[in-house]
Amino acid sequence: MTFSTEPFVLNFGPLHPSTHGVFRIKATLDGEVVLDIEPVFGYLHRGIEKLMEERTYTGGIPLTDRLDYVNSMTNNFAYCLAVEKLGGIKVPERAEYIRVIIAELQRIGNHCLAVGAMLNDAGALGTPFFYLWRQREKIYDLLEMLCGQRLMNNYVRIGGVSQDIPAEFLPAVMKFVPQLRSFLDEYDFFLMQNEILLARAKGVGILPPEVAINCGISGPVARASGIKRDLRRDDPYSIYQRFEFEIPTCEEGDCYARYRVRIAEMLQSLHIIVQAAQSMPPGATKADVPHLIRPPAGEAYGHIEGPKGELGFYVVSDNSIAPYRCHVRATSFINLSALRQMVRGWKVADLIIIFGSIDITMGEVDR
Amino acid sequence: MTAVLPAKDLVTRLSGVFAGKLEEAGRDSVLVRADALLEVAAYLKNTAGFAFDYFNMVTAADYYQYFEVVYHLTSTRHNHSVFIKVRCHNRANPSVPSVVPLWQGADFQEREVFDLFGIRFEGHPDLKRIVLWEGFDGYPLRKDWNR
Amino acid sequence: MEMTGPENFPTDGELDRREGQAVEDLKAHSREAFPDPAAWLEEDVKRNIVLTSLDWIIDWARRSSMWPAVCYPACCGLEWMAALGPRFDAARFGMEIMRASPRQADLLITAGTLTWKMAPVVRRVYDQMAEPKWVIAMGACGISGGIFRSSYNVVPGYNKIVPVDVYVPGCPPRPEALLYGISLLQKKIGRAKAVPDLSELPNPLKKGGLK
Repeated sequence: MTFSTEPFVLNFGPLHPSTHGVFRIKATLDGEVVLDIEPVFGYLHRGIEKLMEERTYTGGIPLTDRLDYVNSMTNNFAYCLAVEKLGGIKVPERAEYIRVIIAELQRIGNHCLAVGAMLNDAGALGTPFFYLWRQREKIYDLLEMLCGQRLMNNYVRIGGVSQDIPAEFLPAVMKFVPQLRSFLDEYDFFLMQNEILLARAKGVGILPPEVAINCGISGPVARASGIKRDLRRDDPYSIYQRFEFEIPTCEEGDCYARYRVRIAEMLQSLHIIVQAAQSMPPGATKADVPHLIRPPAGEAYGHIEGPKGELGFYVVSDNSIAPYRCHVRATSFINLSALRQMVRGWKVADLIIIFGSIDITMGEVDR
Repeated sequence: MTAVLPAKDLVTRLSGVFAGKLEEAGRDSVLVRADALLEVAAYLKNTAGFAFDYFNMVTAADYYQYFEVVYHLTSTRHNHSVFIKVRCHNRANPSVPSVVPLWQGADFQEREVFDLFGIRFEGHPDLKRIVLWEGFDGYPLRKDWNR
Repeated sequence: MEMTGPENFPTDGELDRREGQAVEDLKAHSREAFPDPAAWLEEDVKRNIVLTSLDWIIDWARRSSMWPAVCYPACCGLEWMAALGPRFDAARFGMEIMRASPRQADLLITAGTLTWKMAPVVRRVYDQMAEPKWVIAMGACGISGGIFRSSYNVVPGYNKIVPVDVYVPGCPPRPEALLYGISLLQKKIGRAKAVPDLSELPNPLKKGGLK
């Protein structure tokens, strides 16, 4: 008896528990096997680039918070770097050290969420996610000590940071570091050889390095495919050249490699935080810059190695109080370029875990 | 350090092959004529001394008399980068060749520029709106767009 | 009825056009806010509601086991996840299970900015939820559009699309604030008249009963 089959299109709608926000996938399926996908987004397009043109340079910093809302201060940092390049502003030493500690804390927090969400998508509903969420809550406590807000901190300013760190911040950070290190060792021990994770993630969703370079992929996704590119090493910004740290990479390029790279990066971030906290100098925390800053006419591109990859801001100024044009080189948006090739031939359940392993945030994709 | 190639240097090196088709536009960026964009881009990607294999971003800005499309390319082999600009003076029907055949990463970003500015990319495999819906009136990031 | 098969399915371009048309239609007709659900009760009735013990039991059951539907478009979603998380456990208030299917949920906590492109989707999810259902507008974006109010794609508040019961301000509201909003909603449900008065319903046996 012969069957006749035909492919059909299934819609993974925008409101879906596994789509990490409002992301829609029109998947053409042949039974369970994915033949092709068409990603549709724009459901969170809030017009941030247009709104930045209506606000002053400093007034646009809260808008950048809401781009990649999982790690808000990373966006602030990249934007302030671009404007400082535009205006030729030099940031004081103490502020640079504070920014580095914050950037690495945000990297750890982001990877906590990314790994937890990917394991959620793999089927471990809840337990690994909430274990890592406890660590994220501890990071929230540290950030609340700095500026009063858990998310959407709006702490980094053009020329430095908005206020000095309180006296109890550094001791609290130094207490957090060994505790997180021992937690990660225990956590990794449970999951590294877990046969379900190995079966679901090893060899799944392989991204070849040539495709990654051609698409402009950056961050842990690219490093898991063997591309040894990290802006903290290749194009150092702020004071990263003073710290010693390794850049973890893997060769396989599958979901399991991305998981391993993220866990290793968290440990390297702890190393950087300890070095920065031990050598922080006293001094000013903000350059003497007017609130209503008017950078000279011109353009600048400032980029950082964010937790998800290269986050850049292209700012054009016409010597007025508002940017003439501000474009966000959004990591998650560009990391999605390779999604179609990564999922072809895999099953529906693998589509979900591959998508989860890229780690995107819709605020950045749609802006 | 990812060195941004100074425009003067780049123009000097390329003017042997592309005389008259490009010029400096500021310290760090090179202005290319729209009809020569694909040739220049292919040359930059495939020539060993440049090897711009990594497509960083494409965006646009509206300067009232013209639209300026800005490309940022990086080379992972030599660790240098370059900014290329193309200008469209035709406001009613702006159009630029698409670089998707060279770099796949330009796909979504060119669609976004089309969606928000209305600049058509000739040769793009599937040019349609990406963040706004089909039937949206106008192109929001233009300076003369009225909500 | 005409059988539709693959040859009759609309093309991709046609589908996009139809969805865009749905957004434009919703945008044209959604400029007024829905009135607050408690305001639908007339003043007399509000003052004279006497809850029977059956009402009381049903209200207690409903407010103690509200199952939220999945809706986390944007940043408030992270504080919503924190409220469900280990530190601010919302499961102790009955929200043990977050339901992906709107048919099995009765609470819609709108954790994020609503854009016009997303509005028909949220309206459809709200329509698919079965009565009784409640909506909590979380965050400044949910109440009025928040920091993005002047943008071209943002709906100025969820109450233009769905009727909202409780508004929780903040950007994002702390998990404690969200849990306070949930407890306010529980108090509101506790005052609701759950069992309908039979004399108010149309009697089909009487002349002119069912219209």
